Amino acid sequence: MARIIAGIGTSHTPAIGAAVDNGKTGEPYWTPVFKGYEPSKKWMAETAPDVAIIVYNDHVNAFDFKIIPTFGLGCAAEFPIADEGWGARPVPAVQGYPELAAHMVQSLVLDEFDMTIVNEMQVDHGLTVPLTLLFGQPQAWPVRVIPLAVNVVQYPAPTGHRCYMLGKAIKKAVESWDEELKVVIFGTGGMSHQIQGPRAGLINKEFDKAFLDGLTRDPERLAQIPPLEYLRDAGAEAIELVMWLMMRGALGERVREVHRFYHVPASSTGVGHIILETA
Amino acid sequence: MSKQPEEYEDIPGTWVFDAQRARKGYHLNAFFYSLMKAENRAEFLADEHKYLEKFPMTEAQRDAVMKRAWNTLLELGGVSYAIVKLAFTDKKSYQHMASKMAGVSESDYVNMMLSGGRSLDGWRSKSERRS
Repeated sequence: MARIIAGIGTSHTPAIGAAVDNGKTGEPYWTPVFKGYEPSKKWMAETAPDVAIIVYNDHVNAFDFKIIPTFGLGCAAEFPIADEGWGARPVPAVQGYPELAAHMVQSLVLDEFDMTIVNEMQVDHGLTVPLTLLFGQPQAWPVRVIPLAVNVVQYPAPTGHRCYMLGKAIKKAVESWDEELKVVIFGTGGMSHQIQGPRAGLINKEFDKAFLDGLTRDPERLAQIPPLEYLRDAGAEAIELVMWLMMRGALGERVREVHRFYHVPASSTGVGHIILETA
Repeated sequence: MSKQPEEYEDIPGTWVFDAQRARKGYHLNAFFYSLMKAENRAEFLADEHKYLEKFPMTEAQRDAVMKRAWNTLLELGGVSYAIVKLAFTDKKSYQHMASKMAGVSESDYVNMMLSGGRSLDGWRSKSERRS
């Protein structure tokens, strides 16, 4: 059967992608960020998963405001790279896994998570920056990807608890797929940041550290954090962290933390990163 | 026809993009979204006012676009991820837009981030500020 073997939490700040694409990774501003991901790239190369489920949010690129799915599951065979307003990132198109995605949709809907089925979709930095951070700059991504787009742009995003429960249902869906597959799941975005209004630039390191600690040791508590607490204490865009809870929910009760990294800043964000293996 | 103030309205310096704001900003955000295409960016820059006439937004919204009044755009229903496409059209970065919203120079903003970002002190709640 297919198994989820690990979860990866990581920021998806667009400036990180731009630094790679423009050959700036050796600049003093960026060296600490990429150094923090060196062990992760090594880990990923050794782990060599077959499939990556990437929980991310679209930033008004694939979805305009005509339709805003709370949970959109990418069922296409291929996902082109979006032009977000300055040209598409020079990275390979993302290959999907339509058969497994279709199976997940059926399993999740019958488990009472009403997914929006997305058969055509461009993917933006929310999905491609995590790929770059963990896989570098290959000619083709060495993994098939199932994108799971979460609305965190228009308030309210789904609650942390809802995402956590959906993560559990994802675990069940994957484990009922009869094929030997190593699956990893990414929770992306965050950590503390605000990129709008006079309060732009807010960072809350204590909040971020507690979140990373809780992810390993006490996710049930994290799942109870109300939306207001993210917005108020960690910045309007920190609500993206609910996507990390979906990742965590998919890992089962016990996990082993194999890597952690935290750094401020990348552009306006606190960069957080964690790798958790399932027990 | 009104509702109780939301708790998040107590957060200083922040316009949460909620359903009411999204409703007011629908055509404004559709304009920003149109800037994802290179030909639209060129057409807009050639005659901003004429291009904006294509979108049934309010005069206040059009005026804020022309003036690059970033915080006003948030207040009038723009969402930052959409608004930033206007900054990109001007060949500016997200950081440039964020510094203007914060009311500081871009280099001061970058330095604030390099020293750990804006502290929550004094920025957590409007009611805490008053007390």
